[in-house]
Amino acid sequence: MNPEARRRLDTVLGALLAAAMLLALYMALLQAPRERTMGDLQRIFYFHVPAGITGLIAFAVNFFASLAYLIKKDRKWDGLALAAAEIGVVFLAIVLVTGPIWAKPVWLVWWTWSPRLTSALVLWLLYVAYLLVRNYVADPDRKAVAAAVFGVVAFVDAPIVWFSIRWWRDIHPSPMLESGALAPEMRPALWVCIGAFMLLFVYLMRRRVSLETARRDVEELHSRADLGQ
Amino acid sequence: MESERDIMGPNPMSYLFAAYAAVWIILAAYLFSIHARKKKLRREIERLKRRLDPGT
Repeated sequence: MNPEARRRLDTVLGALLAAAMLLALYMALLQAPRERTMGDLQRIFYFHVPAGITGLIAFAVNFFASLAYLIKKDRKWDGLALAAAEIGVVFLAIVLVTGPIWAKPVWLVWWTWSPRLTSALVLWLLYVAYLLVRNYVADPDRKAVAAAVFGVVAFVDAPIVWFSIRWWRDIHPSPMLESGALAPEMRPALWVCIGAFMLLFVYLMRRRVSLETARRDVEELHSRADLGQ
Repeated sequence: MESERDIMGPNPMSYLFAAYAAVWIILAAYLFSIHARKKKLRREIERLKRRLDPGT
């Protein structure tokens, strides 16, 4: 794709994302009915859950891109894996911040070491470590291999986070859509918010991958400049 | 019967506001960090191109 077409696509995607986010805010804060027990506080759920789902998808993208890099040794897969890991860390940070803000007035504590909360925190720390590990290996190819192996191993925790509330007794609410605990009138708001977060993920991935492409260009120019001396 | 205010403490809306504010602050900070890194790389690319081809 030529740079002009890419710029145009970014503009369209940015406009779509802005519209989707405004709609998500409207649905979450105004359209969705007020929950009987928690009142307006329950509305945190409309951004908390989509951020969690999108974060797990980002880590899945990191997992498959890491595998692809280990098989094909093409640096573009490493760039994709890095972008996905970084965005996953951002989304999970949203989950780990909004969760305790909801929990304090409902559970009367900011945090508790329940299986879901603990496994989610461990997952976040694993991918923060993934990002840090990359800074300690200077050679780009060795760095990419180390990161890919780390990414594949770290992903083991993602299914544990997803299934923790299904496998173990947990203070964390059960999966609302599967259990039917979410009122039908609340579902459109949740789906719109999930859609908006998916779009946000695609938008951020494009921005972050283009940053990695620029970084590879810099590396290439550096090596050409060094050879020319 | 306990009211929502009794269960949630004095001001549940402040928690809702704090949660949504946190989401936007985290996303804005991340977008800003991508933008700043990209700007730095663009400057570096221009510098290297000039070094490789001083005529441009």
